[in-house]
Amino acid sequence: MSLIVKTITRFTVGLVLVYGIFITLQGHVSPGGGFAGGIIITLAFIQLMLAFGQDEVLRKLNQEKGLLLAGIGAILFLVIASRIFLKPQQHSFVAEKHFQLLSAGFLSLSEIAIALMVAAGLFVIFLTLVLLIEEEEKEKK
Amino acid sequence: MSILLYFTIVPLGTAFLVTLLRKKKGISDLLAVLSSLYLFGLSLATAGLTKSHGVMIYKVGGWFPTIGITLVVDGLSAFLLVAINLVAFLVLIYAISYMERYTDKWKFHALFMFMLAGLNGVIISGDLFNLYVFLEIASISAYALVAFGVKPQNLEAAFKYTIMGAVASIFILLGIALLYSYTSTLNMADVAYCLSDKAKNPLLVFIWVLFLAGFGLKAALVPFHAWLPDAHSSAPSPVSAMLSGVVIKTIGIYALMRIFFNVLGVSINLLSVLMASGILSMVVGAFLAIAQNDIKRMLAYSSISQVGYIIFALGVGTPLAILGGLFHLFNHAVFKSLLFLDAGAIEYSTGERNMDKLGGLNNKLPVTGYTSLMAAMSISGIPPLAGFWSKLIIIVAAVEAGYIGYAIVAVLISIVTLVYYLKFQSFVFFGKLDAVYNKIQEVPLAMKTALVILAVICVMGGLMLTGTFRPFLEGASNVILSGTGYKQAVLGAIR
Amino acid sequence: MSLYFLCFILFCVGLYSVLRKRNIIKIIIGLGIMEYAVNLFLILVGYRMHGRAPIFAKDQEILNMVDPLPQAMVLTTIVIGLAVTIIAVSLAIRIYEKYGTFDITKIRSLKG
Repeated sequence: MSLIVKTITRFTVGLVLVYGIFITLQGHVSPGGGFAGGIIITLAFIQLMLAFGQDEVLRKLNQEKGLLLAGIGAILFLVIASRIFLKPQQHSFVAEKHFQLLSAGFLSLSEIAIALMVAAGLFVIFLTLVLLIEEEEKEKK
Repeated sequence: MSILLYFTIVPLGTAFLVTLLRKKKGISDLLAVLSSLYLFGLSLATAGLTKSHGVMIYKVGGWFPTIGITLVVDGLSAFLLVAINLVAFLVLIYAISYMERYTDKWKFHALFMFMLAGLNGVIISGDLFNLYVFLEIASISAYALVAFGVKPQNLEAAFKYTIMGAVASIFILLGIALLYSYTSTLNMADVAYCLSDKAKNPLLVFIWVLFLAGFGLKAALVPFHAWLPDAHSSAPSPVSAMLSGVVIKTIGIYALMRIFFNVLGVSINLLSVLMASGILSMVVGAFLAIAQNDIKRMLAYSSISQVGYIIFALGVGTPLAILGGLFHLFNHAVFKSLLFLDAGAIEYSTGERNMDKLGGLNNKLPVTGYTSLMAAMSISGIPPLAGFWSKLIIIVAAVEAGYIGYAIVAVLISIVTLVYYLKFQSFVFFGKLDAVYNKIQEVPLAMKTALVILAVICVMGGLMLTGTFRPFLEGASNVILSGTGYKQAVLGAIR
Repeated sequence: MSLYFLCFILFCVGLYSVLRKRNIIKIIIGLGIMEYAVNLFLILVGYRMHGRAPIFAKDQEILNMVDPLPQAMVLTTIVIGLAVTIIAVSLAIRIYEKYGTFDITKIRSLKG
């Protein structure tokens, strides 16, 4: 890609990432939440890959680490959700202080876990489907 | 009551752990078998609790019923939970040795656990949209599991299954959207209350048709059965056993029963449509199965035929018929899985699936031969094995209700079933041994264990009708018979 | 009222594409169109006359809102549709590698 694209990308990738995190954290106040935030975070990585070529990015974040992050996000979400559902008396879902960042209890923590899982999962799917990378397999059959 | 949540949390957690720990050898087997054993024990405990408590309800997050989501377990759900977790546990034991031939066993275990989580979720959900979400989780994992091999046939069969299953799911979603627009609530008991207050409306007939098309495709009733022979014969054997024995019953027949009998309310038209569709499935499945040479395709057509028996029994509608239908559902889950696992064992030892080329395997594969003989005799209805009792109850109930023509067709199809299973047994196991197969050995220990346990259940299944297990079966059929009495049972237990 | 009819027409266009087209990619696109039609129908069900978006804002009293429940349902359904599309597309890629064509009338090795 040309020099203009690479320079602009250096500026805008950080902004896209911050925007994705903003949408995730404000999920209980304005529309958004885990899914939308996760997808926008993936878009930041895809933009890096388009501008700088796939080898540079794959050296830092390849498929193995992507699957690891997705697994960690998934287990974190399961732990948080089961703690909420099995002991509903300790967490209240109705917000006490409205319109503020920390007003929904454990719900925003689960949004963060969902965003991590969606971002890592979609990144791995992008690598597999678009760049046609497969995991190391030995054909035994 | 929060015991109900573990039915979905445990398989999901196992699937995620298997993904994280995929590099260590053998740990995915251990985790999967342990968690399915735990689920089986949990389902037996739930069945016991349901017998003493009545209906068990869990309000998710502590919200009130119509504002929040509820999980409901009554007699029918407990009955199906036990059947599903039992079959899943035995199939996972079988898959310890069978899946050695494929690469990446951790992917199989992760997808299998997702499918199990989805199936359990469908049974325990008390809410329409929750049912749809878990149904989709189970279906998507099934689409991915069918495509597990590397041969071209697997991909084509998986693609057909994906597209047809996705269209059926969209029909179901449209039905749920229309039902929500009519009653503005999603809780199943509440929808039943609203529908009993309003007058009859032609919109309900449209919703009814959409649900019949959607769930009928998932259950492989006859106009919608075209995906089943390809998908069930191209999948690896543990997956075929699970799909044919468990999945088409849960997301097809159980969801049909729940929505038609308990939420929408049945009428004579609906029952006669179910009966006609059941008879059609029986006949088409049986006649197409005689002409097959491939073992697994024949078993897949036989599945269509036996599901026709169950739907026919539901359509007759008398208490005895519904009891027979549910008993046949349990029996079919057991012996169809046993037959598919046997077909897999034959393929594992000899590498051949065509009946013409096999013969005389009884000396070399004694365990496989005897277990498949038990299963074949049971499914054809030979006394005193389990299948005989369930078919007898269905036919007697049909005669009592006055449908003598249909009962005669059912008896004739039973004879046809006996014909093609005898063909299977004599071509494959009796007769002369081909010289090519002199060196084959019996299947490994894990596979033998699963086959023997399933065969024992198959033989002793007749005991379900006697004293200790009878309330279990009757609790399930009472739920269906009470029809829209479901709404009083559920909402009364909450307040 | 005419909006509901347009949704059904979109649904029928998608259904026609799934049933009659021969290229695998067109079938997958038709599946996507059907799904969007049902999502649109779900959101339309929740519309109330003179309703506003169901979001609380500071220092404002909003009395008539549209129904927020179908909007939550549609969020979930969009993600489910994404998952089905991903599986169908990856199957299509593999089929192209094995058979060399996207035409479904030529991919018929399973008979009977």
